[in-house]
Amino acid sequence: MRSNLNFFSDEKFRSIFFQTLVIGLFALGIYFIVQTTAYNLEKRNIATGWRFLTDPAGFDISFSPFINFKSTDTHLDVYFVGVLNTLLVSVCGCIAATILGFLVGIIRLSSNWLLVRVAYIYVEFTRNVPLLLQIILWYSILIQLPRIKQALEFLDIFFISNRGIYSPRPVFENGFSYVFIAFILALISSYIIRRWAKKRQDETGKQFPVISTAFGMIIFVPLLLFFILGSPLSFDYPALKGFNFKGGMVIRPEFIAMFLALTIYTAAFISETVRSGILSVTKGQREASASLGLKKSWIMRLIIIPQALRVIVPPLTSQYLNLTKNSSLGIAVGYADLVHGFGGISLNQTGQAIECMVIVMATYLTISLTISVFMNIYNKSIQFKEK
Amino acid sequence: MNEITESRKPPVATTGVLGWLRANLFSNWVNSLISLFVIYILFQFIPWILNWTIFAADFKYNFNGEEIVNREMCSRVLDPENGGACWAIIYVRFYQFMYGFYPRDEVWRVNLSYFLLVVAVVPLLFDRFPYRKHFLKFTYIFPIIAFFLLNGGLGLESISTNKWGGLLVTLVLGCTGIALAFPLGIILALGRRSNLPVISMMCTLFIEFIRGVPLITLLFFGMVMLPLFLPEGIDMDGLARVLVAVTLFQSAYMAEVIRGGLQAIPQGQYEAARSIGLSYWQMNMKVVLPQAIRISIPSIVNTSIGLFKDTTLVIIVGLLDLLGIGRGALADTTWLGLAYEVYFFVSLVFFIFTFAMSRYSLYLEKKLKTGINMGAD
Repeated sequence: MRSNLNFFSDEKFRSIFFQTLVIGLFALGIYFIVQTTAYNLEKRNIATGWRFLTDPAGFDISFSPFINFKSTDTHLDVYFVGVLNTLLVSVCGCIAATILGFLVGIIRLSSNWLLVRVAYIYVEFTRNVPLLLQIILWYSILIQLPRIKQALEFLDIFFISNRGIYSPRPVFENGFSYVFIAFILALISSYIIRRWAKKRQDETGKQFPVISTAFGMIIFVPLLLFFILGSPLSFDYPALKGFNFKGGMVIRPEFIAMFLALTIYTAAFISETVRSGILSVTKGQREASASLGLKKSWIMRLIIIPQALRVIVPPLTSQYLNLTKNSSLGIAVGYADLVHGFGGISLNQTGQAIECMVIVMATYLTISLTISVFMNIYNKSIQFKEK
Repeated sequence: MNEITESRKPPVATTGVLGWLRANLFSNWVNSLISLFVIYILFQFIPWILNWTIFAADFKYNFNGEEIVNREMCSRVLDPENGGACWAIIYVRFYQFMYGFYPRDEVWRVNLSYFLLVVAVVPLLFDRFPYRKHFLKFTYIFPIIAFFLLNGGLGLESISTNKWGGLLVTLVLGCTGIALAFPLGIILALGRRSNLPVISMMCTLFIEFIRGVPLITLLFFGMVMLPLFLPEGIDMDGLARVLVAVTLFQSAYMAEVIRGGLQAIPQGQYEAARSIGLSYWQMNMKVVLPQAIRISIPSIVNTSIGLFKDTTLVIIVGLLDLLGIGRGALADTTWLGLAYEVYFFVSLVFFIFTFAMSRYSLYLEKKLKTGINMGAD
């Protein structure tokens, strides 16, 4: 017997009441913020809207390897340069950190006591010191390198100075695109061969030398085409002219500092996930495969790694996300990424804080979501398939 | 045919020091080569680093016995071949590294706060601490005491937060961020798991948004956007604005960690609590959360380590934490170029705090494991 008056003891009513209340309060808060913001913006004479995106930026960006940026270009161009720079250092960092992290993770499980200790000290030191400090430290080391005039030379084509590393720039001539297409085709056909070989092995037990075939196709087919077409590739060498190097390409110390710090810092975390992943594969698996007579390298490749990857991939994803977000620290050393270029200089010049921050945050959210989606697909593909 | 042969002795090389060396360093020729290479590198590196940081280093006086007051008097500037680190820059600026520009007459207030912080935190960490219950009461009121001690009020002279700096700012940001994010994180975690779709969706959106953007954008948000959102007359100082950003950031991560703990609680616990007539809040406060938080403490400590390191980001929005004071010291022309000493010192301070925290988290994990295995608690 329920009293009609006591609505509050009715769970359905209560749930609707609370949710309406929350929505109402939220809407009220938003309304209040919009009102005060509009008032504050008007009082401070700050323009609103997206028109500033097409205004000329009026400043230079020293590191823009993909777009030839001039100070007359717009703030929208600043944004694109920033996104590309963020992606560049993140992708390079993720690849290098994965390699270093797997290496250190495996070293920490090796039988060499000394190597294990050294790897342990590396992991503890890099994990426990703030990343920003490491970025600044690397940068301060790099700018202590000799000046342009006294640049360190390697083979007369690489020059290392406090303004960056100068190296030859490849110049692609007519016909190089065929080599590139051949390379892509070789990659695709190796993948198809791999699938076919696996299927045939599952059905008949016959093996096919996949790795050597794929290796041959990917390396030799493009190389053969390259020579048939008459080597359509030349290099533009850097040369010291006056106060600076002309020609070639340069990797700036800001980028190197960011790359080194992000790689070394993230690799320490990745090595821990790799280590715990490999340790999560029980000893019985190793013993069982050894008693089947598998080779040591096969045990690792066919038994341990596939099972360890299931444990490794989810935390690895969050490390990739962290690295990408941490690349925003480039602002500390003047690396023109999204936050420094667009969220920093453009914001200061136009004063349109809200628009700039919304764009920057939306971009990071998009990047984070994209990485998550791709890693989730990969994660699904390696998870245990129950038949 | 049936001769008894004497049993052979075990090979010398499998026991004792030699055996250990052979098993761990020289088990095969690849391992031997690697070991020799690492030993060679260490022999080059360790004496050099010890010499640079300790034996050839200046602390207060240089090798001539003069008290160092600028970079020209450092041994490594006078004699680049043999001179080691010049720790005088740390010695001279030690006050700034610890307290920033806090007035010297009032510095006892900071020292007292540091001391009270230890009194408040240590009983929290170890559950066998004597009279823990009484100490924990103090832990709850400590933030209020510290606020008045540091900020002024109640008869104490008011000290503006832009005079705060160094370790003081680092600790204030770290401790306040963690302390405020904890209750917020619990609410967000409960909200995300709530049956009410609107609340669950809002909490999920908030958590995923914060976790999807870098902390630096949130700091910019606190610095440049927050003042625009506030009505006239309400003025927040820099430290408070940064604290808002740091707390929001940390609460999202805390929420995910606590949600992990909540998910580990078996459904039976919820049902049992409901069946004895507890309300939603009673169920969570008395039954579910105490267990969930207990298992998520190691992860909470780990995210707290992350936050503690991330507090250095505030130098980008102009606050002078430990790293900020260090950079300020380097910009001073009398000490120009002593970057390695400063960064070494700042790294060391951070390392001590974070390493201690990570050890503590490992200790908890171990304790938790044995607790579960024995079925106790």
